[in-house]
Order: sequence, then C-alpha cells, then structure tokens
Amino acid sequence: MDAFMQFIYSGLTVGAVYALVALGFTIIYNASDVVNFAQGEFVMLGGMITVFAFDAGLPLPLAAVIAIAITAGIGVALNKLAIEPARGAPVVSLIIITIGASILIRGASQIVFDKQLHRLPAFSGDDPIHVFGATLLPQSLWVIGGAFAIFIALWLFFTRTLLGKAVLATANNRLAAQLVGINTGFVMTLSFALSAAIGALAGVLVTPITLVSYDVGVGLALKGFAAAMLGGMGNPKGALVGGLLLGLFEALTAGYISSQYKEAVAFIVILAVLFVMPQGLFGAKKTERV
Amino acid sequence: MKVTFTAIATLMVLGVTSAAHADIKLGASLSASGGAAFLGDPEAKTLEMLVDEVNAAGGIDGEKIELVLYDDGGDPNKARTFATRLVEDDEVVAIIGGSTTGTTMSILAVAESEGIPFISLAGAIQIIDPVRDFVFKTPHTDRMACEKIFTDMQKNGITRIGLISGTDGFGASMEAQCKDVAGSHEIEILAQETYAPQDADMTPQLTKIKSTDGVQAILNPGFGQGPAIVTRNYAQLGIDLPLYQSHGVASDGFIELAGADAAEGVRLPGTALLIADTLADGDPQKEVVTAYKTAYEAKYGEDVSTFGGYAHDAFRLMADAIARAGSDNPSDIRDALEATDGLVGTTGTYTFRADDHLGLDLSAFRMLEIRDGGWVSID
Repeated sequence: MDAFMQFIYSGLTVGAVYALVALGFTIIYNASDVVNFAQGEFVMLGGMITVFAFDAGLPLPLAAVIAIAITAGIGVALNKLAIEPARGAPVVSLIIITIGASILIRGASQIVFDKQLHRLPAFSGDDPIHVFGATLLPQSLWVIGGAFAIFIALWLFFTRTLLGKAVLATANNRLAAQLVGINTGFVMTLSFALSAAIGALAGVLVTPITLVSYDVGVGLALKGFAAAMLGGMGNPKGALVGGLLLGLFEALTAGYISSQYKEAVAFIVILAVLFVMPQGLFGAKKTERV
Repeated sequence: MKVTFTAIATLMVLGVTSAAHADIKLGASLSASGGAAFLGDPEAKTLEMLVDEVNAAGGIDGEKIELVLYDDGGDPNKARTFATRLVEDDEVVAIIGGSTTGTTMSILAVAESEGIPFISLAGAIQIIDPVRDFVFKTPHTDRMACEKIFTDMQKNGITRIGLISGTDGFGASMEAQCKDVAGSHEIEILAQETYAPQDADMTPQLTKIKSTDGVQAILNPGFGQGPAIVTRNYAQLGIDLPLYQSHGVASDGFIELAGADAAEGVRLPGTALLIADTLADGDPQKEVVTAYKTAYEAKYGEDVSTFGGYAHDAFRLMADAIARAGSDNPSDIRDALEATDGLVGTTGTYTFRADDHLGLDLSAFRMLEIRDGGWVSID
C-alpha cells in the first residue's frame, strides 16, 4: 500500500510536469492548427532566465516575472519574424518553421547562458510531506497546483471570454473570422505570447524538480506533445488529463513491471487509445469539407 | 653525454630558426557543443588556456604551440572528418580529443592509419584494449570506477546491492562493466532498475530497490541530472542505506544540484582535483591540481571539472613528450609518449608502457564522501 501510494505521488508529480508542457501547446494549436515544437524551448527559457536572474540577486518572484515577460516577447518575435512572413504556407511548413526556431533558440541559449545544469531552490523547502505512508515534496504540490490553475484559466479564457472565442474562430476559418471583424493578426500574436508565457511559467515551476539546462526543451516537448495527443490536441482538459495519465502509466509500470519498459508501456497505451479514438480522449471530432 | 648535448643544442638552434615559419601544430577535436558539451566545453577551455600559458612562457624549447581546435558536437561522423582535416590539411603533429567514446573511435582510426599520436579523453576500455601503437588515453576506465567502488563496499562489509542506472551511454556502459566485475569482488546485485536521462522522479525505482530484501547499499552509475534527482529522491524517501555515485558526477556542481542536505554521506570515486584544498601538503598531486584549479577558475569564473582535468593531463603528457622527443616528428613523439614515466597529472600519475597506454592504476581514484557540503577523502 505504501509503495502504491509512492508510485501514485511520483506519477502525479511527473504527470503534472507533462501536463504543464501540454497546456502550452493548446493556445497556438487552437489559433492556427500549428503544433509548436519550440514549446519545450519556452519551458527551458522560463527556467534558465529565472535561474540567472535569481543568481544575479533578484528575489525569486521578480526573477520569475522577468523570465515570463522575456519569454513571451520571444514568442511574439517568433510569430512576427518567422510565422507571419510565411502566412499562407501549409500548416506542415509552419510546423517545420517551429522546429527550426527550437534549434535556433537552443543554440542561442548555450551561447547566452551556458551548458551547465542549474536548479532553483524549492519554493516551500525540501522537507518531504508524509501522507498515507508515502512521501511527497512540497514542490510537487506547486507543480500540480500550477497545472490545475493554468487549466482553469485556459478553460475560462476559451469558453467565457470574447477574445478566447476569437482565437477559436481564427483557427476555424481565418477569412470568415476577418469578415466578422476579428483582427486575426493580433490573435496570432496574442496566442504566441500566451503560449510562451505559459511555457515559461511551467519552466519556473518544474525547475526545482527537473533541473534545467539549455537542452532540456526537446525531451519536455516530446512528452508534452504525447500527453496532448493522448488527451486531445487543443483541449485544455485533454492536456491536463493526458499529462497526468502519462505520468501515472510511467510510474506504475516502473513500480510494478520494470523501469526498463516504462516508456514503452506508456507509448503502447497511447497508441492503443489513439487507435480507438483518433482525436484523443477529449478531442473534438472534425469534419472537413473536401 | 656530450653528443646528446650537442644534438639537443643543434635541435634547439634549428627550432629557434624555424619557429618563425612553423610552430608546433597540435590538433584537437572536442564535443564543445551538443549533448556531450559538459565534457567538451571544459576540455576545450582547458586546452586553450594551457596553450596560451605555455606560449606566454616561451613555448616548448622555444617553439610556440599552435592549437587547431574543432568542435565535433559529439557526432562521430564529424569527428572523423575533422581528424582527417587535422592530419591532411592542417598537418598537425599530434591530436588530443574525442570527448566521447564514439568520437574517439572515429579519430582513432585516422590517427592509427596516418601514424599520428593521439590522446583520447573518453572512458571506455576498448580505446586502449587492445593496445594500438599511436593511441593513448587519460581518464580512468568505467571498469576501474566499479572496482574502486566495490573495494570500498567490501571494506565496509557490503555484499548485496541494488543498482539504479541511467539509460544514456555513460550509465549503460558503466552498468555493464560493474555487473561484469561484481562477481570477482563477491558483490551480488539483487535489484536492478533504470531511468531515462531526463526523468524527473525516480521514487518508484528506489521504492522497489528499498523493498528488496537484503539490499545493503545502492549504486547509481550515471551523469547529468539523473544522479542529482536520485540523490534527492533518496532523501525524500528516507532510505538509510549507503548511496554510491559514480565518477561521472564528481564535481562541486553535483552537491549544488542535489542539495547539501540530500547529498550528505554520498560516496563516489573521484580525482585529487575535487579535494585540491584539503590535500595533504606532501601529496604528489597537490601542486599540479592547485595550479590548474586556480588558473582555470580565475580565467573562466566556473568550477573546474574532472573532465577538464582529463584535457589538462593529455596536454601535459603531449607537451612533455614533444619536449623529450626534441623533434616534431609524429613517430618520435609517439615513442617519447610511450616512455612517459611518473608524469603527475590531475587524474593521477601516468606511467605508460608498451602494453599499457592508460598508465593509471586504482590508486589514482580517491574514495570521497560528501560531508557538510564538501568532499572528504575516506581512503
């Protein structure tokens, strides 16, 4: 029983990390159907900038705010300098542009920052909390809480605000959206800024657990992407549930079968789910006119 | 005696006269960027620093060293291209490099067929076993690290252990070597778990090992963030068995990443470089490691690492061999290199022989324990 609870806590911690990354994919995907493969780099930048600002003597909350603001700016720059000029290009080309951007950001970060691993102090100390015979670090609660908070904020944004609906409309049909008076250019810029900011916030929250270096983005983006696919791309609920499920699969496989197979088992489950439900657990069914 | 003196004097005169045209060209291909940057970056910085240092002091026998440095990004194909370019276009007399075993194997093939002396900075035993004429290396092998750890376990009466290793190249290679030599040290591996290099939590694996009956200690071969996270999870779960880490994380950065509280009591085999400040005054390595550590940290503002130390030793060995060879003919340098006897480096004291191109023994490793956020030698 104690061991089982430990596996669950581990799964929730890791799953919340994946969910945070997966949530970042949501907005850009909703606005443009583009899967932004530079999302992992936004997470890395959030962590790295916070670490360097914090080491330079700034208080942690201020360092985090600066990191989120700078990363959002980089997100806007990515849209203005790379995505917008390629307007009209097929979605696949835009996705390839984001892959290029991720390589560029990674290369620039190893020059601007360094190639070492860094960590931030945990927000509420390192003393483990004992619940039901197993232990959990306070930082895990921050990550899980952060994932839920961002999920609720996104859900409200897409269902309760005009701006959120404008984002959805832009994705649905850009021309029609323009005709009803939506500034689609602004919506795209906004979606990149928000996605980057969410990525950076995720980076700040997970760095005390996962540590950060210039090259952590690719691994995080892959797991986040898998989580988003499992839950249903574009749906915040899907990102949250997909991330947590992926983490739990991995932890339970490592605990009860073998740690050698934990990733294989997790991905087999994802394939099985996608085979039965190609849109993911919560993805909306799409019908395209041909 | 007189003949030798005349010969050396003649060579020196020749050296001085030709110095204006041809310096000693030393080639290097390192993984200064890419996945193995944590190895190649300090190695490249170390080589650049030492070359400047030697040139500022007048070079070797009056000849300046020209360093031709390439960044292979950890890619064996690029390493091979650069090695060929170093030999054919740059016409270097010797090569240092190969931050990883993969890139080393590429460079090694070129060096061996072209007859250029090559000192590798990678760990695998395959590099010098079987012995190749022109290939030497400075780091200890993974196998030696396992033996050092197991020797310490035996000393403490530990015979049954759990193993948790990274699935990256370093972790997998060391895990295989440790399993190979465990039997000869009467160590039984009861539980065996792995983690991926970027995993964020290893509590399930550690919980499993902890609940395996009879485990007396846990060994974690790996580098990068994995061992730091294992160490923190270890403290989180309150496991009170001894935890052994590998030489892969032997740096001050590890204590910082894991946190001094969690890292308390962790043991690992490291080099004298880590305990430069606390080495006894009579220690043969004291002067070398202190000089390197002081110079590196003053120049780059970051902690020295064991890996930079490998490059330091390779450069000193090469410079020493070139000086003794008294010529920049590659095969003379090779012969002088093989005759190296008792050269003190940061990793250990090197004595090469025709059948030993590593030149270190287990005494080069020091068993260290982390106490109060610092390293203490427990040999």
